[in-house]
Amino acid sequence: MPCLPGGGVMALLSADHISVRFAGAEALQDVTMRLDPGEIVTVVGPNGSGKSTLIRALLGIVPVSEGRVQRMAGLRIGYVPQRLMLDRSLPITVRRFLSLPARVSDAAATGALARVGLPGLKGAQMVGLSGGQMQRVLLARALLAEPQVLVLDEPTQGLDQPGEASFYRLIEEVRKQTGAAVLMVSHDLHVVMAASDRVICLNGHVCCQGTPHVVSSAPEYRALFGLGTKGALALYQHVHDHDHSDAPEHDHPHGPKHGRKPGHDHDHGHGHAHV
Amino acid sequence: MFDDFLVRAVLAGVGLSLATGPLGSFVVWRRMAYFGDATSHAAILGVALALAADLPVVIGTMVVALAMAVTVATLAAKGWAMDTTLGVLAHSALAFGLVAVSFVPAVRTDLSAWLFGDILAVSQMDLALVWGGALVVVGLLVWRWQGLLTATLNEDLAHASGLNPDRERLVLTIALAIVVAVAIKVVGALLIAAMLIVPAAAARGLSRNPEGMAVMATVIGAASAVGGLGLSLLKDTPAGPSIIVVASLIFAAGTAFGQRMKH
Repeated sequence: MPCLPGGGVMALLSADHISVRFAGAEALQDVTMRLDPGEIVTVVGPNGSGKSTLIRALLGIVPVSEGRVQRMAGLRIGYVPQRLMLDRSLPITVRRFLSLPARVSDAAATGALARVGLPGLKGAQMVGLSGGQMQRVLLARALLAEPQVLVLDEPTQGLDQPGEASFYRLIEEVRKQTGAAVLMVSHDLHVVMAASDRVICLNGHVCCQGTPHVVSSAPEYRALFGLGTKGALALYQHVHDHDHSDAPEHDHPHGPKHGRKPGHDHDHGHGHAHV
Repeated sequence: MFDDFLVRAVLAGVGLSLATGPLGSFVVWRRMAYFGDATSHAAILGVALALAADLPVVIGTMVVALAMAVTVATLAAKGWAMDTTLGVLAHSALAFGLVAVSFVPAVRTDLSAWLFGDILAVSQMDLALVWGGALVVVGLLVWRWQGLLTATLNEDLAHASGLNPDRERLVLTIALAIVVAVAIKVVGALLIAAMLIVPAAAARGLSRNPEGMAVMATVIGAASAVGGLGLSLLKDTPAGPSIIVVASLIFAAGTAFGQRMKH
């Protein structure tokens, strides 16, 4: 895949020294980042650190006051919002929802629901879904656009831990099947971090970025999150039960081996044994 | 057949329902009830201005309603406290309109017709306006339906799909101004918002999908128009309010029915 870091390959999404201001206050300062094809990039940071703002700026929802956002021409984005606040006054079935904004065939809708593990839910009302079901339906809808990049803004807020773990497992499966890049936001040291190729630690500005291992041991990161890191990574390890047979040099005792580099072929021995 | 005032009245009510059904559904889904109030109350000011300037009333009401709708939409986008702002705008629009009317003798004598409508006095010209306006509104909504619905569910979702929620909102704003302009003759400035909201609210419990609710709201609106005119004829009640009374009764019956279905 032609996406060596900084190798002059067209990024799917990139931000070049962007700042975003709301009513005079700076929500983001001088942020530079890029997302290459096939990558999983996670943005972490405390509440109010501008994570969602960064996503919204990348999607063109909020204007940047400085710098430049670039999206590859014709980029298909599958967006999964933090949560969908549904007004009870609007009746809508899951099937109908999947046909927004573009109408999809019944077969495509059935396929998308089966893929996210919700077969037979077509006729259900959206307002009646549980939190986990809702997130999966949102993911199914995003997948129907055949996205080159999936953008997920704290997709597991309000899910319990098993629900969260299985949602991330699903994301990884989808990524493997479709090759779509993934850009995720997380408000703390979610289990998800270890599944990322790169982590961007944000607190108004980019504190540090790199592989999960590098970031979790960076002093800037520790300053923001304390030392809970290893526990979170281990939790991920436990839930996910990774078996990286081709594990490269890695001195982290429990952390899953994500020596995966952008551009590295992605089927490198993820012997997933899901529990 | 258009010679019969009752036939014209029924046709005006049914024609208006074509627009108020789907548009009213959006008003309900997007919680724009007060927005509808502010816009339709402003229409009285439009009537006064049009008559004072010797312009067609429909032009005056549409321009003032559009100005009000755009003002409200702009303030909303700037993050004003909408509940209060809309309350202030809705009531002051009405008050300004009523004061302005007092300077225009032609309206003054006929004020209740503008406030509560005069569906039994609908002319063939009025009828053509109602149907023309309703068809334009339906055309607008059908054309933008998928985008409108997506933006109504979640603006970020619409953005990420390459839609522009502001443009969708503008479509609704324009549609609302058109409805206000053509509806004032039928149900009057005070009851336009009711014609938008009550049938749509009544349709909610009976629908599983947005399209179903829009169609059901249209059917309920048309049935209310026919029923209200019947009531007016039988009991000599005012026609506009009678239409809303019937719509409200359908709402109450539908809600009770919906509750029973749940248990």
